[in-house]
Amino acid sequence: MRLTFLIPLVVFVLMVVLLGVGLTLNPREVPSPFIGKPAPAFSVPQLHAPAEALSSEVFRGQVSLLNVWASWCVSCRQEHPLLVELAKTSRVPIYGLNYKDERNAALEWLARLGNPYRSSAFDADGRVGIDWGVYGVPETFVIDRKGIIRHKFTGPLTREAIDGILLPLVQQLEGEPG
Amino acid sequence: MKHSVRACLLVLCCGCVPVASATEIRTFKDTTEQLRYEQLVEELRCLVCQNQSLADSDADLARDLRDEVYQIIRSGKSDEEAVQFLVERYGDFVLYRPPVKPITWLLWLGPFVALAGGLLFIRSRTRQHAATRSPELSAAERERLRQLEGDTRK
Repeated sequence: MRLTFLIPLVVFVLMVVLLGVGLTLNPREVPSPFIGKPAPAFSVPQLHAPAEALSSEVFRGQVSLLNVWASWCVSCRQEHPLLVELAKTSRVPIYGLNYKDERNAALEWLARLGNPYRSSAFDADGRVGIDWGVYGVPETFVIDRKGIIRHKFTGPLTREAIDGILLPLVQQLEGEPG
Repeated sequence: MKHSVRACLLVLCCGCVPVASATEIRTFKDTTEQLRYEQLVEELRCLVCQNQSLADSDADLARDLRDEVYQIIRSGKSDEEAVQFLVERYGDFVLYRPPVKPITWLLWLGPFVALAGGLLFIRSRTRQHAATRSPELSAAERERLRQLEGDTRK
């Protein structure tokens, strides 16, 4: 009873804890409305073969990754060696969405740093990016056999994210019936 | 000296002029359509610079999304369809006024709960205060008080 004077202090401490936890959250990690939804359809020219199209049909029948990248994007360069390594060590196919880039710059970038992608879609005006809700390159989507988006990484992939989340998820999805 | 004063005034004046970053030149059917567009881009959040609206932001994506909103409005669709286009792609986060649903209850009701809690707290405190107000002095106590006062006077 005598301790009621402590109530404001308790409320204050609770507020500090709440706001403190809030400070540690990453405001860039906006929950994607696409999780559990089919991959948005697209069909755009391939980066390496402008006459041929790459469409969202490639995601059917296999677990795959779609990595949104651009040669002008600094963080993409940061994650790139990890993607190259992933393409070598894992069977999961990585497709690229070359977002608002210039074809020559993109080709030169891949020639210099290595090309981890089965194929890259060339999204010159960013329309595919908008349909996929892309807002901060690089982004990486994990798509299951049925063509459903199951996870999205916003920002550069890290080794921890690949080993801790991405690869276990891919393994789990590969176990699911197609 | 005079120059520096003038320079200061100039800087102050510039600070007062609202600077719009959304500088695209758009043509509309009529003013209603223009107002709808302007209101929409004011109310939608840019995901790149998260504390700016689509209208304020100079980010590349904000420009693209302004274009999308413009096209939607021009094609005769409703404001709701424009908002839905963005929510489908970017989630409720693009709305500065989030919808009321279980996950946003705390956000919408929290301030009122806090206010009610504060009022209850104040009420209980004032009641308690009223209840514990010291009662009238008894005759013996009054006598003792007089003695003490008498002591200090000496």
